[in-house]
Amino acid sequence: MMAEASALPRRLLRTQRQRNVVNGLLFAAPWILGLLLFYVYPIFSSLYYSFCDYSILQAPKWAGVRNYLTLFTNDEKFIKSIYNTLYYAFFALPLGLVWGVGIALLLNMKVKGVSIYRTIYFLPVLVPDVALGILWLWVFNPQLGILNALLWKWFHIVGPGWLSDPAWAKPSVIIISLWGVGQAVVIYLAGLQDVPQELYDAAEVDGANAWQRIRHVTIPMITPVILFNLIIGLIGAFQYFTTAYVITTGDGRPALSLMFYAMYLYQNAFVLYKMGYASAMAWLLFLAAVVSSYALFRSSARWVYYGGQ
Amino acid sequence: MAGETAPSQVSTVSGNVRRRRLWRRIGRLWGHLALIPLSIVYMIPFFWMLSTALKTDRQVMVWPPVWIPNPVAWDNFPRAIAFFPFWRFLANTLTIAVLAMLGILISSSLVAYSLARIRWPGRDLLFGITVATMMLPYQVTIIPLFIQFTRFKWINTYLPLIVPAWFGGAFYIFLLRQFFMTIPQELSDAARMDGASEFRTFYQIVLPLARPALATVLLFEFLARWRDFQGPLIYLQDPRKYTISLGLSYFRLEHSTEWQLLMAASLTLTIPIIILYFLTQRTFIQGIALTGLKG
Repeated sequence: MMAEASALPRRLLRTQRQRNVVNGLLFAAPWILGLLLFYVYPIFSSLYYSFCDYSILQAPKWAGVRNYLTLFTNDEKFIKSIYNTLYYAFFALPLGLVWGVGIALLLNMKVKGVSIYRTIYFLPVLVPDVALGILWLWVFNPQLGILNALLWKWFHIVGPGWLSDPAWAKPSVIIISLWGVGQAVVIYLAGLQDVPQELYDAAEVDGANAWQRIRHVTIPMITPVILFNLIIGLIGAFQYFTTAYVITTGDGRPALSLMFYAMYLYQNAFVLYKMGYASAMAWLLFLAAVVSSYALFRSSARWVYYGGQ
Repeated sequence: MAGETAPSQVSTVSGNVRRRRLWRRIGRLWGHLALIPLSIVYMIPFFWMLSTALKTDRQVMVWPPVWIPNPVAWDNFPRAIAFFPFWRFLANTLTIAVLAMLGILISSSLVAYSLARIRWPGRDLLFGITVATMMLPYQVTIIPLFIQFTRFKWINTYLPLIVPAWFGGAFYIFLLRQFFMTIPQELSDAARMDGASEFRTFYQIVLPLARPALATVLLFEFLARWRDFQGPLIYLQDPRKYTISLGLSYFRLEHSTEWQLLMAASLTLTIPIIILYFLTQRTFIQGIALTGLKG
């Protein structure tokens, strides 16, 4: 009896396990195929192309490391595009973090009309990127734009040339990115609402003031969400393209101050048809994304608190 | 508990509570004091866009600028839409969006089901790879894909924008997997006991329960297609095939100083999304919040 009872399920289990393998692979088949076609194959073939001269009209011609050599020793635009992209990431990410968490903290105070405020801060996220670029060109317009008009009316300041001044162009696009912080705010707010009330009560009983509660309860509890937004933001900065492309019509003007990495890659590949050269840029971008995501994850062991989950 | 406390203690406790409430109210007041001016600053670009879109060409050039257009130039909208041409680009965009949404929905839900509900070796590895691809910049793979699509003679067609969607999207797979995990396993076990095939369990039990998540996927994919600029820029050459975002960028090149028309056109692209947001606010906000949790 006992032997029979246990033999039957085991036989079923074995077939069930086999069925699971077959079903699991079948259900995942589109994506496994998609990974091979749209990720694995392109990544490795672009590695190959990056060592070639390739104009798409003629077959790729082996060129060794010349593309990489030229990029680093004889291409000021390339160096400039790295500088611009790092500049953007270096300021837009920390500012966006403080700004986004700040707004989320204000919204989390259970003030009246939270949903109205949240909608207001979220609306900019809804503006399509091309419309966003055109809108801010007009807001920042040095002669007729609203920003310089208000600066003059309220503070009697003669505003700068903003997007048309090389010194102000990058701060201008960082301002645009802060206007679009609403997406991160929604994520921070969700993280804040998951912080258990008991922790605040306990801190209050221990005599912690509002700032201490934020510093020692709230912030540690939302570090996982902060890490998530930082990674999303960093990858977003690496591929920053559309807004700057629309503002500068693709040439990174004025004086290349808005020539970002992804734009220069696009220009090489799809304007100049230097596919090999652009592939070398793509591979460097790939390495940068891998290394910096890895570094962020590694550093997260020191500052991200997962106790809450 | 309350009955056991001495009267004097009760009065100090309630005093504490009252003081704390007062502080909280003051805090909220400060909150409003910070939020209201900030909200106005955030709305200025929208007011500016709307105000400009309703001005005549001469009013646009007035310094200092006025907020209220007089007369109101409603005809900027029909003019912008005609120049664009908006309706053709809208039809193109919707064609791409609907076919891509369909592909994303079918493929991503199948894959997410495999990752969340079926035990098979290699499943966790595949999930890890899926999360990793979410961190891959778009430009890394674009060149070999363009070369491949050129060989297929797919340039200047919608195929490069639609076909990849039918193989799944990392972000959507991730999102659906997280949602499928929350559906009780007993439901699947019961169906299996009744002899239902895996596909029937997927189709008749899990999918109907996952409707909110599926709605999020459709909504996000629609928005992504509505605002997509880089894909159409690379793959579409014939102006008659342009999408609205790509069309707007060319509109800007041709009418670079007619701000009232540019703002009318930009608003025409933005307003449908804002309406969609108000209609689907819950799906929207929950979907975004869901992506951040357990990221």
